[in-house]
Amino acid sequence: MSVLRPLDKLPGLNTATILLVGTEDALLQQLADAMLKEDCASELKVHLAKSLPLPSNVTRPRIDLIMFVVNLHSKYSLRNVEESLHHVDATFFLGRVGFLATGAGRESHCSVHRNTVVKLAHTYRSPLLFCDLEVEGFRATMAQRLISAELTSVPVFLYIVCGTPPQHG
Amino acid sequence: MDSCDTPESTPRQRASSRLKDYFIGATPLQKRLESVRRQTSFVPTPPRRKIPQCSQLQDDVDPQKVAFLLHKQWTLYSLTPLYKFSYTNLKEYSKLLGAFIAAEKQKGLAVEVGEDFNIKVIFSALLGMKGTQRDPEAFLVQILSKSQLPSENREGKVLWTGWFCCIFGDSLLETVSEDFTCLPLFLANGAETNTAMIGTWFQKTFDCYFSPLAINAYNLSWMAAMWTACKMDHYMATTEFLWSVPCSPQRLDISYAIHPEDAKALWDSVHKTPGEVTQEEVDLFMDCLYSHFHRHFKIHLSATRLVRVSTSVASAHTDGKIKILCHKYLIGVLAYLTELAIFQIE
Repeated sequence: MSVLRPLDKLPGLNTATILLVGTEDALLQQLADAMLKEDCASELKVHLAKSLPLPSNVTRPRIDLIMFVVNLHSKYSLRNVEESLHHVDATFFLGRVGFLATGAGRESHCSVHRNTVVKLAHTYRSPLLFCDLEVEGFRATMAQRLISAELTSVPVFLYIVCGTPPQHG
Repeated sequence: MDSCDTPESTPRQRASSRLKDYFIGATPLQKRLESVRRQTSFVPTPPRRKIPQCSQLQDDVDPQKVAFLLHKQWTLYSLTPLYKFSYTNLKEYSKLLGAFIAAEKQKGLAVEVGEDFNIKVIFSALLGMKGTQRDPEAFLVQILSKSQLPSENREGKVLWTGWFCCIFGDSLLETVSEDFTCLPLFLANGAETNTAMIGTWFQKTFDCYFSPLAINAYNLSWMAAMWTACKMDHYMATTEFLWSVPCSPQRLDISYAIHPEDAKALWDSVHKTPGEVTQEEVDLFMDCLYSHFHRHFKIHLSATRLVRVSTSVASAHTDGKIKILCHKYLIGVLAYLTELAIFQIE
């Protein structure tokens, strides 16, 4: 099964699983560590993947939330996310997918325009968060936000947060 | 800064000008708010830009007069509008700036061994360096060394050059009141200490603010596409790109040189809309280069950072350095840089 579907498995008792998809291995690992450090009422599992589709020979729990991480410094990460999106079932986008853009703080290093990611998130009707994952404080805040969003049982993210000033179009 | 503060106008003039603004649209402040609102609109439209063409005012530009602007490396800054700057006072500004520099040098702030303090500052207008008639005139500041012996040639060596210009700066000109002169793009060539001194003088005298203009990889790829799209009779230089790969312990630089005619052929195969460059075309152009490189070297250039683009029209570095090689497209290159400078100010 190469397409991820939200309800094809039974939910685990008192567990929540987040899947982070992105090419920036180091940043994803750091974000995952920050999330696991946070206090959590139920058990939290964080899976990391470079891209979709996920290998089908591994048993994994039902995925409750997918965060696609795009690094604005790298066009490659954007292309990777765009291609991975094709392997996600449409019903996932009803509140179980989010986009995370990192690197907007260093404007001089950006090769992807902010509006490109905004448009992508808008096309997929999913929220977009900006966070410089390289900065520990921002990363910890983002980890808290993801966990609090994950643990509510209703579709999450009723707001879009922009952490950076308007940029060149 | 608002146009509301015009105490010298009579009540009737004020009322009629307010009515006029109401009919035309908005005060400068309202226009500025509108432009900011437009920029942060939720679903942005992708940008389209005109391929640099010879501007209709190009005939006014004397090629000899602007030849000294070409083939020189300029460091870019963006500049906020100058308050109460007047083109008729250029001689006075020359004297004031000359005195300021002499004073600074005597203070010992910028003393270089063996340098004489006999310098002369010249402000001059650069005619024809504008995109539309609305753009303010560009002007040039030069520091020359005065020759010691009176028998020698009066014109000394040029130590430092800087010029201010505004090409197609409509979006900024609309939002600024009349006391201000908008010349958002500043280019400097020469010692950094001189640039700093002159920057300080301008900031004190005209209440403006300089900031270095960096060019990110996104804009560099736009420049690469636009300059490759320019029609050239003969190509003076190869088209070259430089990427920086952030890796430890030492940074790795990847340089990719293409024959300019091949680059143009690639662009022509990608280009659809005549006279305009779109985001899709730029992306496709760069993706072709990336995939070609990947096929041969198995390296994803799209994961690295583009730092330098060099074509026969001009070359640009991400630190905000530019060198213009072609007189024909000078205005076109400056137009894009002005756009970046205006964006940085706003």
